[in-house]
Amino acid sequence: MLFMTPNVIKNFLSKKATRLYPFEVREPFEGYRGELVNDIDGCIFCGMCSKKCPSQCITVDRTTGIWECDPYACIYCSICVEACPTKCLSMNNVHRKPAATKSMYTLQGVPPKPKKKAADTAEDKPAKEDK
Amino acid sequence: MIENLKEVTQETVASEVLKLKNEGYRFVTMSCTELDADFVDILYHFDKDLTLANLRMKQPKDAKVPSISGILFAALLVENEMRDLFGLEFEGLVLDFNRTLYLDEEITEVPMVSNVKIVKQ
Amino acid sequence: MAKTIIPFGPQHPVLPEPVHLKLVVEDEIVIEAIPALGYVHRGLEKLTEIRDYHQMIQVVERVCGICSCLHAVCFCHGIEELMKVDVPRRAKYLRVIWGELHRMHSHLLWLGLFADAFGFESVFQQFWKIREKIMDILEATAGNRVIISVNVVGGTRYDISPEQCRWILQELNGVEAGINALQRTMMDDYTVKHRTVGVGVLTREQAIELGAAGPTLRGSGVAQDMRMLKYAAFDELDFEPVVETGGDSYSRSNVRFRETLQSIDLIRQAISKLPEGPINVPVKGNPEGEIITRVEQPRGELMYYIKASGKKYLDRVRIRTPTFANVPPLLAMVGGIELANVPVVVLSIDPCISCTER
Repeated sequence: MLFMTPNVIKNFLSKKATRLYPFEVREPFEGYRGELVNDIDGCIFCGMCSKKCPSQCITVDRTTGIWECDPYACIYCSICVEACPTKCLSMNNVHRKPAATKSMYTLQGVPPKPKKKAADTAEDKPAKEDK
Repeated sequence: MIENLKEVTQETVASEVLKLKNEGYRFVTMSCTELDADFVDILYHFDKDLTLANLRMKQPKDAKVPSISGILFAALLVENEMRDLFGLEFEGLVLDFNRTLYLDEEITEVPMVSNVKIVKQ
Repeated sequence: MAKTIIPFGPQHPVLPEPVHLKLVVEDEIVIEAIPALGYVHRGLEKLTEIRDYHQMIQVVERVCGICSCLHAVCFCHGIEELMKVDVPRRAKYLRVIWGELHRMHSHLLWLGLFADAFGFESVFQQFWKIREKIMDILEATAGNRVIISVNVVGGTRYDISPEQCRWILQELNGVEAGINALQRTMMDDYTVKHRTVGVGVLTREQAIELGAAGPTLRGSGVAQDMRMLKYAAFDELDFEPVVETGGDSYSRSNVRFRETLQSIDLIRQAISKLPEGPINVPVKGNPEGEIITRVEQPRGELMYYIKASGKKYLDRVRIRTPTFANVPPLLAMVGGIELANVPVVVLSIDPCISCTER
């Protein structure tokens, strides 16, 4: 009994070991992988993020310019962030709050213009016929 | 690559395993791979003082495999797992789960063979 | 009295994951046990048909929730040996640091559950409070608390800066002081010794014959530890396996306790010897051939058999986890003990059933 008494008095007089969450929130660490965010103005719709994703949760539509991610299938590994050539993807360091229903994260951007490609093929065809 | 690999057949596998056990080797596991539509490849792995000794046996899918669980009790879990995943039948198993170790009884197809494909829903 | 069959059910307060044992009991002494698995089977080995070998690292990490970094290290090590990739030295040291941090947090989790099995709930929470310091280190250096995804084929993705190294050493001093303070409560306690010394005995010959792995093997006097195979940076670090000769539950818990203190020492050595240089090399092409690699997980010896044939999808990834190898020794240990001691003996092999069934 005497072995425990200093311990009991110390626990009684020191401050709490736990934080009063949700009134007091800890500051997030810098590199924490919380939520995937895309800056749609810089996106060139190449589809590299969709090819590298281990859980196949990103869909990129080149013709209509829609970039879509399923945040409930995402595993927050940030491989897409490293694979993006224009660095428009990034990870927020706070995780998303709980929700009552599932929803998709859909963004509408400007699709890459195919005008130059049509002009190139029109020039290629007469060149081929000449040869 | 794989070190100390020796080829065995269905008749010689029991005597090879007994010889390795008497030399003091510890049983690690067995691995099974599908080679083509009719044959699977079964590998036996043993370890002594951090060096591995392996045996390889080619097995037709519809024939019964001689079980080594009479010699090594530890092999019975792995042989039951191979029955669940590949559909192989073993002869002389000490404790047989009848393909219910991982899979339920109403499942008809075994998962690891090549004619069963994953379909996205 | 006739024999009764009592189910040691899938749901039990002492088990972290579901496993079912049918105990054949006569007059409160257990005669034998028949296992039944299959509650957490996810079929992860089949996924190698639709995920290429870079994406398989993330799949393989999720086989176990507690020791996930070491699965990724074993897989990457196998693919790097097949493709003859030379991993830079700094990446090898970083893999050792993260691997030993995982070993510490796994052993502290187990020590907490062990205390809970006796009813010492405050000691359980004290062990987990120390474990939170290690979770903070993992979150600050790698981005996530448990499944950290730092390994890629060819090295690691993240780096540890010198300020973070100094902070890690400070936190480890606090962890070491906390563990030493809890040693008197846990390992020298009269009740704990009475319930674990001489209970669940596995002799040395039985351990080798039944194929035990990890602390189950080292607690019975066999000095085998896969870190002696010198993978990653272990060829340059000073390391001896921790062995006890009792063969009972007390020896196994003592092995894990001493291994936690040994991991702190290994991390301190690795941080002091950390070399400069790149952290990964680019890798092109596809692997070809077959290989077997082994790594020491907190629970024992982890073995991977990888077969590839030049395509980006691997032919076969076969995982053999240590708890799978420890189930036959458990069936041998359970014979002859009293019914009330069964939870402690089952917990003393450190069952991780999601590893067993993948």
